[in-house]
Amino acid sequence: MSAEVGFRPEPFPVAARTALADAQLRRNLGKATTTIRAKRAQVVGELDDWEALREAGRALKERVLRHLDDYLEQLEESVTQAGGHVHWARDAAEANRIVAEIVTGHGEREVVKVKSLTTDETGLNEALAAAGVSAWETDLAELIVQLGRDASSHILVPAIHKSRAEIRELFLRTLDVDELTDEPTELAGAARAHLRRKFLSARVGVSGVNFALADSGTVCVVESEGNGRMCVTLPDVLVSVMGIEKVVPTWRDLEVFLQLLPRSSTGERMNPYTSFWTGVADGDGPQEFHLVLLDNGRTDVLADRIGRQTLNCIRCSACLNVCPVYERTGGHAYRSVYPGPIGAILTPQLQGIDRAGSLPFASTLCGACYEVCPVKIDIPEVLVHLRARVVEHAAGTRPVPGPEALSMRALGWVFADRRRYEAAQRAARAGSVTISRHGRIRRLPGPLAAWTEGRDAPTVARQSFRQWWAARGGAR
Amino acid sequence: MRVSLFITCFNDTLFPDTGRAVVTLLERLGHTVDFPLEQTCCGQMHFNTGYQREVVPLVRRFVDTFADSEAVVTPSGSCAGMVRDHYGRMAEVAGDAGLAEAVARLSPRVQELSELLVDTLGVVDVGAYYPHRVTYHPTCHSLRALHVGDKPLRLLRAVRGIDLVELPAASECCGFGGTFALKNADTSTAILSDKLRHVLDTRAEVLTAGDNSCLMHIGGALSRQRTGVRTAHLAEILAATES
Repeated sequence: MSAEVGFRPEPFPVAARTALADAQLRRNLGKATTTIRAKRAQVVGELDDWEALREAGRALKERVLRHLDDYLEQLEESVTQAGGHVHWARDAAEANRIVAEIVTGHGEREVVKVKSLTTDETGLNEALAAAGVSAWETDLAELIVQLGRDASSHILVPAIHKSRAEIRELFLRTLDVDELTDEPTELAGAARAHLRRKFLSARVGVSGVNFALADSGTVCVVESEGNGRMCVTLPDVLVSVMGIEKVVPTWRDLEVFLQLLPRSSTGERMNPYTSFWTGVADGDGPQEFHLVLLDNGRTDVLADRIGRQTLNCIRCSACLNVCPVYERTGGHAYRSVYPGPIGAILTPQLQGIDRAGSLPFASTLCGACYEVCPVKIDIPEVLVHLRARVVEHAAGTRPVPGPEALSMRALGWVFADRRRYEAAQRAARAGSVTISRHGRIRRLPGPLAAWTEGRDAPTVARQSFRQWWAARGGAR
Repeated sequence: MRVSLFITCFNDTLFPDTGRAVVTLLERLGHTVDFPLEQTCCGQMHFNTGYQREVVPLVRRFVDTFADSEAVVTPSGSCAGMVRDHYGRMAEVAGDAGLAEAVARLSPRVQELSELLVDTLGVVDVGAYYPHRVTYHPTCHSLRALHVGDKPLRLLRAVRGIDLVELPAASECCGFGGTFALKNADTSTAILSDKLRHVLDTRAEVLTAGDNSCLMHIGGALSRQRTGVRTAHLAEILAATES
């Protein structure tokens, strides 16, 4: 989604309204997230040492981030030794240029792609298109999104917002099929026939990376459909793009992550396809391998003591599936390839507070995300931290404080002194009496009116607690 | 035991009945309650909305007000969570080592009501009588910040006359989230509508919780839709007796 660069997307509360009013979307999302939640809870419940695994995952990621420079150089060395080529990309544009040059350098006009959030983040498909290269998404859900000229709405299940009936209609319109029911096997069959032609013709494959092992240079992609296996084995040339935080020290570390990831993401004990490759091997698989290491804002995230835990993320999407906000709005409202709770903390850090400042507020801070996170990212902590950065940013850029900042300042002043606080209580009582009927308030004034659109508000009590306490003569 | 009550600005102003119930209940159990009058607000709203600079003086104020308290009880899971989980960080932001020390000394003594009763006072049956059909909503912060677990339910189960019914999908958020309810009012209401459906499914006449902020949110919709279901803070149920 290179479209993300250059303009300020509409803020979350506005973008959410469209989704909230879409009955089909609400139904699709509610059903899908409820199902995945239950599956996750079941397979996580099977492990007695789940909490220890989470802690191990967190600690491993913390170590990687602390020594990221060392591990990345080690990775470069081992990939190179195994016959691969390593490229360093400072930002999305640089990464896209590297990939495009590799493809066009081979005179190719087509690539097959494994589902990859990182290349969605860089807007690789659009960049390749501009270079005259067609990028074919081969993950079923990504294909659905691509054929519909749609945007992904979930990290793991990009077409979670689509029903079977909608997918059938799309396939009839865009694939070379005459008849199709909305049975999942038939839908998958139609996609399979289409994709098989691409797998057999494309000479370049492009993938993301789930894990890259510093000591051996081995790269790992985890998936469910086998399309990834096709992409990383059939083409002559393979280009993998990875965020720099995806490096892990050794094979042993996968023992932890390959237990955490499938259970958290699809609610499976193990995912169906786990592909590993180390550089190139004569006569076996791609004969040319490129690994692109992408920064694109990650070192800035690393520099933030509280925000850096965001880089622990292994993209499982468990936080999306348990989030009360995501479940109602879906992913599009976040206007980013990273939606949900993780997107609410990652997007503003990667894109900047000024472009995504509404996202840290798109949460009730209920903590369900933190509870399920397999690498223990304290998402509420980061959300609140980013909110403070948004407030500071506004204070630093606005010529005069906004109404919210003024109210907050005034309330701070009131709470800082007991007399002022008690006077404010009396004033609130007086104000509330004028607008209440039968002990309830049906309409609040000003910005508080948002509250009474769907809910009544209580009236301020005739006698505050402290007045009652004083009247009864204090402690007994 | 001498227990200091931190009523919270919210309860003090909008829900004083809850504070009176805490006093009634603790005194009935033979404890002494004191109420330091200098207390105002814990700063949770400012903190959660990003106004950390405004929080620091409130942290100082809270620490000064309750420095000598043996135990501090508050009928709010989220305010207790604010003090226990975030005051340390605020002292750090203030760059004040003395404040950090004072916070570290005080915050473990701050408890939400069900924690005080079950953990510190060792009581589950508080001698309450409440002949109503009740369902309990475990608030997010009591559940996931304080980890009160089933303490409130154990207290409720021991209440005589109560018809306690389980709330479906109980651990899901009600959609309040403080200023979230104003900034993202549409999403908040969408989340609330599911909570409301679950409450109504129980056929309970009373919805209870350990936090009046969540109850104000759910209760606001119960009232708007004339459901006939009312809300009551856990303390009010535990304070109720026969006669």
